[in-house]
Amino acid sequence: MHDLKIVVCLKVVPKSEEVTVNAETNTLERANARSEINGADMNALQMALELKDTHGGRVTLLSMGPPFAERYLRLGMAMGADSAYLMSDRAFGGADTLPTAYTLAEGVRALGECDLIICGEESSDGATGQVPAGIAEWLDLPQVTGATTLQLLPKSRLARARRELRGGYEIVEAPLPCVVSARLGSNEPRFIDFARWDWALEEAPVTVWSAADLGLDEERLGLKGSATAVAGVATAATAERRREFLSGTPEEKADQLLERIKTWTRL
Amino acid sequence: MIEPLYGPNDASGVWVHLEHEDNELDTVSKEILGRARLLADERGQEVTAVLLGSGAGQLAVEAISFGADAVLVADDPLLAPYTTAPHSKVMAGLVAERKPDILLLAATPNGRDLAGRLAVRLRTGLTADCTDLRISQSAGLLVGEVTGFGQGILATIECPEHRPQMATVRPGVFPRPEPAPSRAGKIEKIAVQLSEADRPVHVLRRSLKRGVDITQAERLVVAGRGVSGDLALLKRLARLLKAEIGGTRVAADAGWVSHERMVGQTGSVTHPKLAVVCGVSGAFQFTVGIQDAGTVIAINSDKDAPIFDVADFCIVDDVFQILPRLIEALEKQKDGRSE
Repeated sequence: MHDLKIVVCLKVVPKSEEVTVNAETNTLERANARSEINGADMNALQMALELKDTHGGRVTLLSMGPPFAERYLRLGMAMGADSAYLMSDRAFGGADTLPTAYTLAEGVRALGECDLIICGEESSDGATGQVPAGIAEWLDLPQVTGATTLQLLPKSRLARARRELRGGYEIVEAPLPCVVSARLGSNEPRFIDFARWDWALEEAPVTVWSAADLGLDEERLGLKGSATAVAGVATAATAERRREFLSGTPEEKADQLLERIKTWTRL
Repeated sequence: MIEPLYGPNDASGVWVHLEHEDNELDTVSKEILGRARLLADERGQEVTAVLLGSGAGQLAVEAISFGADAVLVADDPLLAPYTTAPHSKVMAGLVAERKPDILLLAATPNGRDLAGRLAVRLRTGLTADCTDLRISQSAGLLVGEVTGFGQGILATIECPEHRPQMATVRPGVFPRPEPAPSRAGKIEKIAVQLSEADRPVHVLRRSLKRGVDITQAERLVVAGRGVSGDLALLKRLARLLKAEIGGTRVAADAGWVSHERMVGQTGSVTHPKLAVVCGVSGAFQFTVGIQDAGTVIAINSDKDAPIFDVADFCIVDDVFQILPRLIEALEKQKDGRSE
């Protein structure tokens, strides 16, 4: 087999716990939230780097996002990726999953032939899990979503993965090239390799692509290309909890607790 | 705009893609059928269930009893077990031909796998993992409620121009309707044309331990790091309370509970009436899994543990000091009743 070529799709997301809703405008306040590489995408990157450790080859990062996402792509290269491409253009903004998957698929196409495209299963902000399947459909490739492990059988050009199902799992085999999405928490993302740090920060190649660079039709991108619209946003009404602390000896606490269980849940 | 295959003027009907396993309809599909019935009645339309599989046709009658007016049955060996390509080929063909207004699927691993693929093939919008579905008063559009940013934020999503309006539905959010065995409906067999070339991905092995679905549990006893792998008391308590055992990510990763019992962002969002949370510190990634619980009891020896911010009744003490006494009191009460 030729040298393995893996594309990993990364999304830079605001830290979930730092995003709030502006109660007056019903819009998201994400300006004060710090950013991070989406958790499941870190698992996707780790999956790709493990394959590179075993089989050799190259790992290319692909992201759609604002210019500051470059910093995070460099972190990914310090972890072990070889190069990065950032699709950054105002025309990409406001995209739902239909144009997002389209845009990333066009990015993958522009990178040339590859063996595997690995994405995180879902993003922490949108949490749709639709983009990996969407990329696969735009590229007309097989897909394996929600993978917790991934192996390659290079001679037979097959990927073998374990997929989590409800109440169980399955082992599937897909022909290369294919799209795989990694389940959040499926592995331990590696630390930055400090020997790569200076290279990743200063020399490693990050290519920035605009829509025009790839000759993409703006009508099919971003907000214009989206099929869905957000009708409203609100803070999730979490049940107001009583936060009543029970005191006394363990026996007294247990007795009080039983009383409350009986009262509140009609046991 | 990415041109849809068809628009609102050509669209009619509410469709439900059914999930099933071992000749049983999944609970979530029953829940979706119940809600689809309400949505369809509001729009004056029919509910059509789509049943794809191999030798699963007899489930059509059950789908009718849960609210379908018609069931489309596609039967082919290549449709079982589920893989993406043959299912999306058959579904896309049916949708393009019959043009439903709304298409609902389960937000299960396979339902989401299919929905994501199908939405792009149909060039339409998909609202993922909905926690509520209704019809908008003004435009008669499907409105899907979703959570984002780790459940902290609610958004409502519409799909104004593209059809079908697709949504996946989170298990456990809609009540399961009572089946009406006398309900009438028509069952239609669909001719399927599939060949091996339509199935690039092969399932080598499947392992399904059916039975535990903590999203359906009425009561939960949850183990966290603080129980250090000793679940004997928690299990006794669970038996007395007729509760299921759940666990945090730590508990699942350590093997104290199976992964299907994991509560939280990477596990399940649960809806019990009562959750007894033992030795859990209460990280955000966990608490999203119990935020819909009726009553939350937290026992933790660290008085500053964030779990107490999201609990109704808080006990700052050692789990192993409290549980024996609680169990004893419950047993006493039970004996008292039976005497």
